[in-house]
Amino acid sequence: MLRTEGVRKSYGGVRALDECTIEVGEGTVAGLIGPNGSGKTTLFNVITGYAKAEAGNVYLAGTKITNIAPDKVFTLGIGRTFQLTRIFPTLTVMENMLVASRHARAADRKRAMAQLEFVGIAGHHAALAGTLSYGQRKLLELAYVLVADPAVMLLDEPAGGVNPSLVNYIADRIRELHAAGKTFLIVEHNMEFVMGLCDRITVLDSGTVVAAGPPDIVRTDRRVLDAYLGEDVEDST
Amino acid sequence: MMGTVTRQRIAAALALAVLAGAAVTFPLVFSSPATTNYGVYALIFVTAVSAWNVFSGFSGYISLGQAVFFGSGAYAVGIAARDWHVSGVAVFGLLPLGAAVGAAIAVPFGLVALRVRRHTFIVITIAVFFIFQLMAYNLSSFTGGSVGVSAPFLPWTATTFNERFYYIALACAVVMIVIAAGVRRSRFGLQLRAIRDDEDRARGLGVHAMRVKLAAFALSAAVTGLVGGVWFLYLTQVQPPSGFDPLFDLSVVLMAFFGGVGTISGPVLGALIIEPAQLYLTATYTNGYISEIMLGALFLAVVLFMPRGIIPTAGEWITRLRTRGRPAVPAAAAAAAPQSAGKAAAGDTA
Ligand SMILES: Nc1ncnc2c1ncn2[C@@H]1O[C@H](COP(=O)(O)OP(=O)(O)OP(=O)(O)O)[C@@H](O)[C@H]1O
Ligand SMILES: [Mg+2]
Repeated sequence: MLRTEGVRKSYGGVRALDECTIEVGEGTVAGLIGPNGSGKTTLFNVITGYAKAEAGNVYLAGTKITNIAPDKVFTLGIGRTFQLTRIFPTLTVMENMLVASRHARAADRKRAMAQLEFVGIAGHHAALAGTLSYGQRKLLELAYVLVADPAVMLLDEPAGGVNPSLVNYIADRIRELHAAGKTFLIVEHNMEFVMGLCDRITVLDSGTVVAAGPPDIVRTDRRVLDAYLGEDVEDST
Repeated sequence: MMGTVTRQRIAAALALAVLAGAAVTFPLVFSSPATTNYGVYALIFVTAVSAWNVFSGFSGYISLGQAVFFGSGAYAVGIAARDWHVSGVAVFGLLPLGAAVGAAIAVPFGLVALRVRRHTFIVITIAVFFIFQLMAYNLSSFTGGSVGVSAPFLPWTATTFNERFYYIALACAVVMIVIAAGVRRSRFGLQLRAIRDDEDRARGLGVHAMRVKLAAFALSAAVTGLVGGVWFLYLTQVQPPSGFDPLFDLSVVLMAFFGGVGTISGPVLGALIIEPAQLYLTATYTNGYISEIMLGALFLAVVLFMPRGIIPTAGEWITRLRTRGRPAVPAAAAAAAPQSAGKAAAGDTA
């Protein structure tokens, strides 16, 4: 479904991505893990057109989409959230939901409302998004990407900085969507979250893939433990 | 609760009807040309400020170069009338040309200027403004140089002249307000406001930001060009410093900020209050600097004390007065209060 091939990206002298090749199968929930600064967000940025790859390619369903603009990437079917949640603070929650909408207003509103109910913040639909709490903003960003129904959803630390009950809640929502056949690529430091949710995990270190496979295999991989050396793999958040 | 909403709607409709009635009967009640002159200028600014707001207010890209379109509209109508020998009432048929020229300038202007960040955009609009003023001076075979261009004679008495221009300007203002309200409610308006909040994020949701900004810029320029043409026919002449007037740019922005950027009624109110005041001051103190200094002082005061403008600030006060003794914020906003701000902030970097 989504594939990167030998992607390279540097910032000044830093190789943020080096020969980075990953693969996300259709209908799977893929995990992308790695220590801080290993290039996970940069890979998201390259895929979604927010950063330009210096080498390598990105493919969506076999079509090359390397280095095309973010609005085009979205139109082609890739939606994403940001590690530092980005919502539209002076728009209402409902208006946030409609930014990506394409069709008649009434039908869009109905779908948006249903989506807000799905993530559990429908009660706030008329509030300005800037008044939401941190966790609610995460849910809103998730909701407005979901309502646009992209073919692939890239989530950058959906559980980052939210309280444990909300983490479980978000995981359940993703599980439901997965059951409905949606494709995800998820960056997350919360190992329990990743291991419990993902079909397949790719491990990045210094911009390069050091391991990839099902959760159980990756969990015990020597190189993965090395990459996380000094970090407590089991419950890092 | 439903009762309050309905009552508010009725109150708003009533206020609108009273305003409309006042606007329509104004020149009939105050028929002296000296008074209707205030009306014509105020309405020209209502239109220009609303037009500015549809682009700058909604998108957050502050244009300080609206005079480019205003002056070009004025010159377009004047030059066309002169070169095509259009005389009498037929000159009004040239007004759409003013709009077309405004939009035609906005497209290449926007294609260059809208690529840059907001702060740089302001600077570019100022630079383009000066280029146009210089061109008006220097392309003298076309623009008449510092002599400028004169409008064809309209065989009307002073009273009729002003009265007719009043209604023309009123029609422009009403159409522009309707357009602004339409844009505000539309998907186009939502995309503009999303761009104002976070342009890059909006792009990641499929908003073709450049196209949206350019369309709004061209729309705003077209209306400004049109009303520039009206202004020219009213004044019957245009010279480089009057057509391309930096004070026009400042006034438009000040009026919008004064009334409330990004709202529909704010720019209208700002123009209706400030333009007549400015005309009055200029007429009273023949030393032109006084009104300019006061304009500058007012600008400072607004930015410092009421940065969001009268309409939003007054709205807040009214809500506060009404809800005294009741929960001060709407239920939704109250429930949305962060459970733990500290945790949220820490989580941001986790
Ligand atoms: N815009 C940028 N400018 C300069 N350097 C950058 C930029 N974005 C990323 N980098 C650098 O690239 C490397 C990879 O960063 P990236 O944000 O992709 O890591 P990450 O895996 O998402 O880390 P984290 O887990 O902390 O979010 C880091 O060394 C970072 O400093
Ligand atoms: Mg990151």
